[in-house]
Amino acid sequence: MKRLVVTLAFVAAIIAVVVLNGRAAGSVAGSSDAIHLSEVAHASGIDFVHQSPTLDPKVEHIAAHIAALGACVSVADVNNDNWPDLYFTSSRFGTPNALYLNEKDGTFRDVSAQAGIASLNRAGEGVSMGAVWGDYDNDGFEDLLVYKWGYPQLFRNLGNVTFADVTVQSGLRVWMNSNGAVWLDFDRDGLLDLYITGYFRSDIDFWNLRTTRIMQHSWEFATNGGKNLLFKNVGNGRFVDVTDSLGVGSTRWTLAAAAADFNDDGWPDLYLANDYGPEELFLNREGKRFELARAGLEDDSKSGMAVVLGDVYNRGRHDVFVTNISVKGFLFQGNNLRVNFLKELGRFDEVATGVVADAGWAWGAQFGDLNNDGLLDLVVANGFISADSTRDYWYAMSKIAGAQGNIFEDAKNWPPIGRASLSGYERSRVLLNRGEAGFVDVAEAAGVTDRLDGRSVAMADLFNRGVLDVVIANQKGRALLYRSSPPDPLSLRERGNGHWIALKLIGSRSNRSAIGAEVTVEFGGGRQRQVVDGGMGFCGQNDRRLHFGLGNGRLGRVTIRWPSGSEQVLDGLASDQMHVVTEPR
Amino acid sequence: MRTFAAAIDPRYLIVFLITLVLVVGEARYSILGGYDRLATTLGICIATELLLSWWLRGRVANVASAYITGISLALLIKPQANILWPFALGAFLSIASKYVLTYRGRHLWNPSNFGIALLVLVAADSVAILSHQWGNDLRINLVIWAFGLAVAWRARVLHVTLTYVACFAVLAVIRNAIVGGPLLAELAPITGPMYQLFVFFMVTDPRTTVSTRRGRMLVVALVAIFETLIRLAGDFQLPLLRPFYVSPPILALAIVGPLAMWWDLRRNGRRGPEEARPVVLTP
Repeated sequence: MKRLVVTLAFVAAIIAVVVLNGRAAGSVAGSSDAIHLSEVAHASGIDFVHQSPTLDPKVEHIAAHIAALGACVSVADVNNDNWPDLYFTSSRFGTPNALYLNEKDGTFRDVSAQAGIASLNRAGEGVSMGAVWGDYDNDGFEDLLVYKWGYPQLFRNLGNVTFADVTVQSGLRVWMNSNGAVWLDFDRDGLLDLYITGYFRSDIDFWNLRTTRIMQHSWEFATNGGKNLLFKNVGNGRFVDVTDSLGVGSTRWTLAAAAADFNDDGWPDLYLANDYGPEELFLNREGKRFELARAGLEDDSKSGMAVVLGDVYNRGRHDVFVTNISVKGFLFQGNNLRVNFLKELGRFDEVATGVVADAGWAWGAQFGDLNNDGLLDLVVANGFISADSTRDYWYAMSKIAGAQGNIFEDAKNWPPIGRASLSGYERSRVLLNRGEAGFVDVAEAAGVTDRLDGRSVAMADLFNRGVLDVVIANQKGRALLYRSSPPDPLSLRERGNGHWIALKLIGSRSNRSAIGAEVTVEFGGGRQRQVVDGGMGFCGQNDRRLHFGLGNGRLGRVTIRWPSGSEQVLDGLASDQMHVVTEPR
Repeated sequence: MRTFAAAIDPRYLIVFLITLVLVVGEARYSILGGYDRLATTLGICIATELLLSWWLRGRVANVASAYITGISLALLIKPQANILWPFALGAFLSIASKYVLTYRGRHLWNPSNFGIALLVLVAADSVAILSHQWGNDLRINLVIWAFGLAVAWRARVLHVTLTYVACFAVLAVIRNAIVGGPLLAELAPITGPMYQLFVFFMVTDPRTTVSTRRGRMLVVALVAIFETLIRLAGDFQLPLLRPFYVSPPILALAIVGPLAMWWDLRRNGRRGPEEARPVVLTP
């Protein structure tokens, strides 16, 4: 009898495992009556297709793995017409990048060739891996930095949709293998500085390899990546490398960085998502130096791909979402959603579960209130290499993943990838924020069904309608534009829902792009904080106009903390429109 | 010193070794991913062992085995973020398997091997094995290998460990001849942390291996061969076997081990409650 009882408990436990596992597997769908997205890239005149780089034959056997980066999108109003434009990067010699100018009628036109920022992928110069926009010379026009595996390039916007390559005179012609950069004004002198991240070491020329010992020496705590560089803008279009004196030269294979004031001391800090290593938060000590914070990040080593900031619970803080890898059976790193308790506890709390934690091999992501309900939703692009769907490289990679670092540091010891996929054909996620009820994946119901290898995500109200649209750049694939379909206005009015406000900030004492400005909007019973980003996600950048959904809440006070440190409070702003705010002198 | 070492029950040397792995790994690389995981697995393993041994056998068992199982599970199971149930249910199932899945009074599976294999096979949407690789650090692994070999020698199971390692190396060369690619890619797995736990704590478990020295060597050779078959299935991408090639050695042992144990018990007519059996490791 006793044995029977134990046996029954044993069987019940196995059944519980099956049931709980099924719940985990099935927790990825939800309905959406408020988010509707239609893929309209081609109809909007966007036919951009990314091309991956070709590499030295010495690493041909895993070229598909190494070269699976570079499809990026960034948003900027290039010609100051208050209509956001789009810039895409390609990564193969001879293939062009593209600047799509917003035609204000729902379509875009590629003007990159005339603008002089198309043909950047050239032998000896390197290939594009992404771009960020910022007005480094405060002339009122957004300038462009293209970071590369090769020499980065800085282009000055001449104001007539043409650009001048000013890389050499700027002091930025330094060979790097970079996959990220952010503009920030770390010393609050009103000039945008530049942080460029290093991924592979900077002594590696992928087209003339002298060694195959180019890979990470650890899957968890690698420190043999490229060195991140901080360039201080000293005026007159010149930048000076201040990395070592400021203490931000991480070599942890950084894939993404974001800048914001995480600890409310008035100075922009740097948050890094590192591949093969723990995330890093460098706290800015009044522009004089950065300190690596112990904020609960140092022991949690995963494969950070993107870093996205959002006030997830409307607490007036920058919480952090970092994408990672999950694959059935082999690896559950899980994405991180780190809630910011720096002021109270000196750390972040990692709270990701369910659909937030497990999105597949996640890359770019962005927060944005897609249904204007006052809560930031989340879009995540997924998938690494979609090739032969019947062959999977995960098993082959697992042979070396657990081995000693000096084995897989040498690319020649990696099993050939051939035509195999590696976390391929994964779908993008649209995670609806339901507040205390958590996030639910509504991608399919919302109309997001692509299974391309998403890399970069950017959000902007591309058509000035009071709703956020989503752009996704795909590796070796076509770019996607998901146009948001606003709910029926009558229905919204009846529900008293879906209000919004957008803010375009123009710095005067601060950098003119207002990058780093922190805006807190009070509405209903809450408040939400956003920052004007100089690059965020994975090789992405959102429109620097900030968009706040207000739900059915009445708009209250708007507080702007400008990068210069001054604070401006605005009362009585009308909702459902965009406001242009210039920093008081 | 030799006398002192000789006086220690080999089980406690194993306990020392796995504690060393835990402490060094956690201090250097935070391999646990949260102390709640360790507390859950250890707590449930020990509680289950105490309860079931008392209730079914009328006396409280030594918890050294449950301790080793608990730590092995805490180190090897890497589930989706922030879920604890694989640790709780895995711990219960591992220990309970010793009391439920028996033949002639003996349990057939190494407990942690059973628990992990079960989770990997029926809960692949929630559980993976050892996402953490302990830094892929040669120095740390050399220390653990050195201690592990010394303990295995003292526990008189070194022949098991070395037989497996030798078979793995030979079969890696054969696999390489079949599938091509770099030879080091085939040899690489055994330099990793999962294999440390495997060769020092699972294949050497005296309670779940056969009675003769030659038989034990034959069994681990068969485990290595079965593992190679699973690995070849991975190389040739046999979809039906995909659940197996996420962790070839552990699943190979989960299949070969109990069959060998069953055959040995049947052939020799060995019988009796577990605790009545002489401890193989006793010097």
